[in-house]
Amino acid sequence: MHIVVCVKQVPDTKIIKINPKTNTLDRRSAPAILNPYDAHAVQEAVKIKEITGGSISVLSMGPPQATAVIKKSIEIGADRGYLITDRAFAGADTLATSYALSKALKRINKDHPVNMIICGKHAIDGDTGQVGPGIARRMDIPPVTNVIEVTEVNQKEKTVLIKRKLTNGYELIQSQLPCLLTVEKEINDIEYSPMPNMIEAARYEPIIWAVNDLENVDRAQLGLKGSPTIVGKMFTPPRPEGGKKLEGSTDNQVSQLMEVLMEKKDLFTLQPSK
Amino acid sequence: MNLDDYRGVWVFIEQNDEKIEGVSLELLGAGRKLADKLQVPLAGFLLGHEVKPLAKEVIAYGADIVYLIEHAVLKHYRTESYMKGVMHLAKKYKPEIILYGATPNGKDLASAVATDLSTGLTADTTMLDVDIDSRLLEASRPAFGGNIMATILCKKHRPQMATVRPKVMKALEPDAIRLGKIIEEKISVEEEDIRTKVLQIVNDVTKKANLADAHVIVCGGKGMGDLQNYQLIHELADTIGASVGGTRDVVEAGWLRHEQQVGQTGETVTPKIYFAIGISGAIQHVVGMKNSEFIIAINKDPNAPIFDVATYGIVGDAMEIVPKLIAQFKKLKAEKGGEMIYV
Ligand SMILES: Cc1cc2nc3c(=O)[nH]c(=O)nc-3n(C[C@H](O)[C@H](O)[C@H](O)COP(=O)(O)OP(=O)(O)OC[C@H]3O[C@@H](n4cnc5c(N)ncnc54)[C@H](O)[C@@H]3O)c2cc1C
Ligand SMILES: Nc1ncnc2c1ncn2[C@@H]1O[C@H](COP(=O)(O)O)[C@@H](O)[C@H]1O
Repeated sequence: MHIVVCVKQVPDTKIIKINPKTNTLDRRSAPAILNPYDAHAVQEAVKIKEITGGSISVLSMGPPQATAVIKKSIEIGADRGYLITDRAFAGADTLATSYALSKALKRINKDHPVNMIICGKHAIDGDTGQVGPGIARRMDIPPVTNVIEVTEVNQKEKTVLIKRKLTNGYELIQSQLPCLLTVEKEINDIEYSPMPNMIEAARYEPIIWAVNDLENVDRAQLGLKGSPTIVGKMFTPPRPEGGKKLEGSTDNQVSQLMEVLMEKKDLFTLQPSK
Repeated sequence: MNLDDYRGVWVFIEQNDEKIEGVSLELLGAGRKLADKLQVPLAGFLLGHEVKPLAKEVIAYGADIVYLIEHAVLKHYRTESYMKGVMHLAKKYKPEIILYGATPNGKDLASAVATDLSTGLTADTTMLDVDIDSRLLEASRPAFGGNIMATILCKKHRPQMATVRPKVMKALEPDAIRLGKIIEEKISVEEEDIRTKVLQIVNDVTKKANLADAHVIVCGGKGMGDLQNYQLIHELADTIGASVGGTRDVVEAGWLRHEQQVGQTGETVTPKIYFAIGISGAIQHVVGMKNSEFIIAINKDPNAPIFDVATYGIVGDAMEIVPKLIAQFKKLKAEKGGEMIYV
C-alpha cells in the first residue's frame, strides 16, 4: 500500500491576530505551520500503514521554506517527501493548484504506484476544500470528502470502507482503490512522535522538483495565469447601524437589559410551571 | 470560449429523503434576484431517484425552469454519478452562473464539476451580486488576512460558480400557482461505472450542538479568560434554557467542541436572541451570526466591532456583568416560579 498525503504550509491563524481597529493582519508573529487538517491526514496514513504495511509519501507545493512541513510530516511518520517549487506555480487558485499537484502525483505514481491519496478537509488560510476533489478528478479516481473514519482497507479486493460526515450524521461508503480522501480533524488524535522519527526528520532532505521535472505540463494552466478566479475588490462590509449602548453603573445596565428583554414578549416570556 | 453562448442562472437543488435542503430554497431566492437583474430565466437542477414531485416546489420558490434527471444511480448523492448528470446539463444548456449550497455534498459536487469544466469556483460565499454591464457574478466572502470581504470574479470562464453558506440568503415565500417548465433529461450510466457505494446512512444528531435550531444562544469568546471563567457562559445558558456557542479561538483552546463554533468555518446561526460575551467581533465570526434577531454584546472594549452588529451593547467586564445577569434571571424565575420559554 502506497499512500500519498498532500500537505500545505499555512500561516498559524491561531497566533496571527487581526487588529480590529485597522482591520489588518498583525504579521509580527506569524509562524508558518503544517495545515492542521493535513497533520491528521498524515496521522491517518500512519494508522493505515500499521495495518497494511507499505509506505507513505507526502507532497507539497509551495516556496522552498515549505520543506518545514515535509519534515514535520516525516516526524509524524511519513517515509518520503516531495516539494514542488517554482515561480510558475505562484498565485495559483484551487484549479491551478490541483493541476500542478496532479502533475507531480503522476510522476510519483510512475516510480511508486499510488493506492490512496489523502488531503485535509481544507486549508485554514483559504478554507476552500476544493483542491482534494479537484486532484481526484484529474487523477481519475473517486473522491470521498469529509471522512471521519477509515473503517477497513481490503487490499485483496482493492476496496476501502469509510465513514463520511454529513450535515446530520454520517454515511458508510465503500470505495474502490485507488481513491482520494479528505479528512476531518476528528478522524484521529495526533500522536507524540517517537524519537527516531524526530531524528530522521531533522536530517531529512525532501525531493525537490521544478516545473521542468514534471511531464506534459501546459504552463498556461499553472499559477496566476492558470487561475480562473481573481480578487476583484476588497471592502469593509457595510456596517449595520449598531444598536444602543447601555449607560450607567453595571447594576443599572443589567437592569436596563432585563427590562428590554422582558418587554420583548414576542421573543421571550416566562412560563409559570404547573 | 464565447462567453455570450452562456445564459441563465442555475441553482443545484440538493435533496435528501425526498426533502429539499433549506439552502437550495434560499439560493432560489438569491438566484431570482440575479436572474431578474440579468433578464434571464432562473433554473433549478434536480437529480435523484423518483424525485419528480419535488419539481413543483422548486418552481413555487422562484424557478422558471426545472432540469430533472431521474436514475437509480442517483438515489444517494455520490460525486461520480451526480457530476455525470451536472456535466450533461451544463454542456447542453450552458448556464452563465451555477450556485450550490456550501453543504458537504454541495461543496464536493461543485469542486468536481469546476475541475471538469475548467472554470472558477468561489467557496463559502456570503454575499452575491451581478454587474449588469459585464454580467459578472460578484461572489464575496471574508478575506483571509483582515476584517474585510473579498469579491471574487471569474472573468474568462463560464459558467461562473460559487458555493454559498446556508442561512445567509433568504428564501422567497412559496407561490403554489407560479408557473414553470420541467425539462427532463436522461443520462446513460450503469451502476458498475460508479466506483463508490453508499452502504448505509446514519442520522446522528446527538453530536450536534443544535445551534442551527436554537432560539437563544449564549456565545462566549476568548475574553472570558480561562476555562473556569467560561463556566459562567454555561451557567447563563442553563439558567435561560439556551444553547452554548463559541468563537474559533475558544474551540481551538479546547473549551468547546468544534460543533459549537459559530462563524465562517463553523455554524451559521439565526436565533431570536444572541448573547455575544467577550467576543471581539471578527468578520469570520460575524458572518455566522449577524442575521440573529436580537443581539446583545458584552465587551470591555468600547471600540470592539461586535458593537456594530449588536442591538444592545454593554461596555464592561463580563466577570462582573454575567453573574449579575444570572442572578437577575434566577430571581425572576423564583418570583414567577417558571421556566423561560421562547416563542
Ligand atoms: C480563515 C479563518 C476562518 C475563521 N473562522 C472563524 C469562525 O468560523 N468563527 C470564529 O469565531 N472565528 C473564526 N476565525 C477567527 C477570527 O478571525 C477571530 O480570531 C476570532 O473570532 C476571535 O475570537 P474571540 O472574539 O473569542 O477572541 P478575541 O478576538 O481575542 O476577542 C476577545 C474580546 O474579549 C474582550 N474582553 C476581554 N476581557 C473581557 C472581559 N473581562 N469582559 C468583557 N470582554 C472582555 C476583548 O475586548 C476582546 O474584544 C477565523 C479566522 C480565519 C483566519
Ligand atoms: N499547496 C498545496 N500543497 C499541497 N497540498 C495542498 C496545497 N493546497 C491544498 N492542498 C491540499 O488540499 C487540501 C484542501 O485545501 P484547500 O482546497 O485549499 O482548502 C489541503 O488540506 C491539502 O491536503
